[in-house]
Amino acid sequence: MTNDTPNNWTARDDAMVEEAIRRGASRRDLLKMLMGSGVALGAGGGLLMRATQAVAATPKTGGHLKAAGWSASTADTLDPAKASLSTDYTRSCALYNRLTFLNEAGEVEMELAESFESSDAKTWNVKLKSGVTFHDGKTLSSADVVFSLKRHLDPDVGSKVNSIAKQMAEITAVDNLNVRIVLTEPNADLPTILSLHHFMIVADGTTDFSKGIGTGAFVLEEFEPGVRSIAARNPNYFKATGPYLDSFEFFAISDNNARVNALLSDDIHIAGAINARSLRMMEGQQGVDTSITTTGNYTNLNIRLDIDPGAKAGFIEGMKHLVNRELIQKSILRGLAEIGNDQPVSPANRYHNTELQPHEYDPERARALFEKAGVLGQTIPIVASDAANASIDMATVVQQAGSEIGMTFDVQRAPSDGYWSNYWLKAPVHFGNINPRPTPDILFSLLYHSEAPWNESQYKSEKFDNMLIEARGLLDETKRTDMYWEMQEMVANEAGTIIPAYISNIDGIASELKGLRPNPLGNLMGYAFAEYVWLDE
Amino acid sequence: MLWSTTTWRLIGQRLGIALITLVIVSFAVFFATEMLPGDVAQILLGQAATPEAVAGLREAMGLNEPAFQRFLGWLVGLATGDMGRSYVNDIEVVDLLGGRLQNSLRLAGIVTVICVPVALTLGIIAAMFRGSWLDRAVSVATISVISVPEFMVATLSVLVFAVWLGWLPALSYGVNVDSIGAMLRAYAMPVITLSFVVAAQMIRMTRAAVIETIETPYVEMALLKGASKLRMVLVHALPNALGPIANAVALSLSYLVGGVIIVETVFNYPGVAKLMVDAVATRDLPLIQSCAMVFCVSYLTLITLADMIAILSNPRLRQ
Repeated sequence: MTNDTPNNWTARDDAMVEEAIRRGASRRDLLKMLMGSGVALGAGGGLLMRATQAVAATPKTGGHLKAAGWSASTADTLDPAKASLSTDYTRSCALYNRLTFLNEAGEVEMELAESFESSDAKTWNVKLKSGVTFHDGKTLSSADVVFSLKRHLDPDVGSKVNSIAKQMAEITAVDNLNVRIVLTEPNADLPTILSLHHFMIVADGTTDFSKGIGTGAFVLEEFEPGVRSIAARNPNYFKATGPYLDSFEFFAISDNNARVNALLSDDIHIAGAINARSLRMMEGQQGVDTSITTTGNYTNLNIRLDIDPGAKAGFIEGMKHLVNRELIQKSILRGLAEIGNDQPVSPANRYHNTELQPHEYDPERARALFEKAGVLGQTIPIVASDAANASIDMATVVQQAGSEIGMTFDVQRAPSDGYWSNYWLKAPVHFGNINPRPTPDILFSLLYHSEAPWNESQYKSEKFDNMLIEARGLLDETKRTDMYWEMQEMVANEAGTIIPAYISNIDGIASELKGLRPNPLGNLMGYAFAEYVWLDE
Repeated sequence: MLWSTTTWRLIGQRLGIALITLVIVSFAVFFATEMLPGDVAQILLGQAATPEAVAGLREAMGLNEPAFQRFLGWLVGLATGDMGRSYVNDIEVVDLLGGRLQNSLRLAGIVTVICVPVALTLGIIAAMFRGSWLDRAVSVATISVISVPEFMVATLSVLVFAVWLGWLPALSYGVNVDSIGAMLRAYAMPVITLSFVVAAQMIRMTRAAVIETIETPYVEMALLKGASKLRMVLVHALPNALGPIANAVALSLSYLVGGVIIVETVFNYPGVAKLMVDAVATRDLPLIQSCAMVFCVSYLTLITLADMIAILSNPRLRQ
């Protein structure tokens, strides 16, 4: 069968076909798609068979998985409220559970919760699954949920999601399995919000998190911050399926090359977040595959609307036409990205506005707009930094385009250390980097509301603020989608944030690792892979 | 009189100076850390650091006292043997540092045991047969090894031995080391990489020191009196070259405790160098200071040992 594989056919293409099958494409559609891209009929059949087998494969139980993340430090923690990096998320997902989680399609599914009910989106009743036990044998009850959620409101805890959690004005246990959450304002997204990694449920009264006692698929055996952690299968796991692995070891190899080499030499099964530059080296190799996830992480060029040059009418619009998105997507991000249309809701999100076209690359139009704004011929500083992924390369692309129409951009390279506190949000023209968030509401509240803490371009619109609040409380899905579509359009045309592309994450995986699928909450299956993958050795 | 009062006085002086150096280093590290932008609360919250969140976390971590006061508190604690607790995860610094230091010392120990004898032998032989093809070969080899940066040696050896040939594991930590063979395989690449750098320096210094003494009139006299070449070098020249050699060895070895960040990164080996880099990145003052002290103590110990060897091997210094 491998003989039938066409030239240049890579594991990435396999993944694409598998994805299509999962979405329900028929054999005929698929063959048409393959032939359209120049694959012979015979070969196409072979490829399809392989992909179908991969999708239908039955999980195998057993084995020890070794996965390497990309960052670890002594700041590693098992306290879900303080979790801040992929390492923390991965461990939290293995040891604890959330009330809800997001599936591949970005839809909410219940985890520890049996149901979420509300008639007005303000008062919610959360019913818990019964018979769920913690690793130490204690049974899950509403008290644990109340404790876990209330922790985020306590400033001493230092929770990362304190600002989001604040809307839960009242969290009370109704009875042993029912929790009532009353919000300050109606918010139909509550089930999605509680799928964030920080809202993992811990046992009531926990103060020492070093044991990692949760309800999760794995029981902690060893945890050394900045070094590694080992966990073994939870024999009493409440879900009917999984976990398949006997044990799971997680550590970080911060150096990209070292991580790739470890994968290539079979020392690990997963190398998280591979640099696009290493992809070539991996694609020719036997025994390794890649998994690509586009979750909505982006690096954006921010122009503040409240100070010059962004305050001059026409400057921002000009800049939007001066950014060559295709070049950024193709060369800087090596095709591992989707072109963005200047608004933060990515194609991975179910509310993404598919009809909103990105601003076209049109230097002449930009020139006319700059002339109108009276900035043509001036020197405009752009602050970029390694801290904002790929921003230096993007700044150079803008600089080049500018030099062709008589605009001088002075690319100022700021150090990574301290970039977020010293330059981001502050410089008139600068780069930012935003991690994916699960709902348009969170993105807009965080980044575009007039009072938003991270209002990168100082965008202020009363209409937008009102729509944000209205959409938040809507339980009617169609109406809500319409509003979010309009808001995306407003942001794309009015705000000063240029989002050229949504960057994909690449994970390197060993071929024997099966069951890893993209998830909108992040790469490595939204960091929850340990529970779902298996080794087919 | 090998152990005369003068010897003791000299050694006492060295130890006193070492102690003062430690305190000075500690202050220098403190001020350097203070100059870095951001504090631990800001760094931990990262991009999500709103002023209220930072203030709340600072409060919760007990960082509201002035930094200098906290530093003095730490210094006083250290005098009583308490290294304090890490700000970042509230674990005793001793616990964080202990395991890592063991790893670092183990790696340094293996490298030392292999490098020192090899380097001294090669250095002395090269000096004895100065100008011969052997001497030239050793010189060319050492210079080439010194000139190749260690990340290159490390990365290339991983590519060749782990990825292409598959003989050795690409990682030195986290692989099973349940048998001697497995341990040798795990340590092979980091040890070879470090040995390259360390041994080359030692060989060159040893060769230079021995040649210098060989050229002195008294050694020439020994030769004229009919001493064999081996006797001339080992009995007459070497004792006088021992001081500089010990210093060169000490300098090279001190690098092994704190300076091997590249090797630790490439082979994912959890040693103290990486711990210190982590600590600086999170502005974790007690941990930074403790790491700095460990590096400084190991450096001073080696240098003081070298000085003592120099003093003991040279009667003139003892007078």
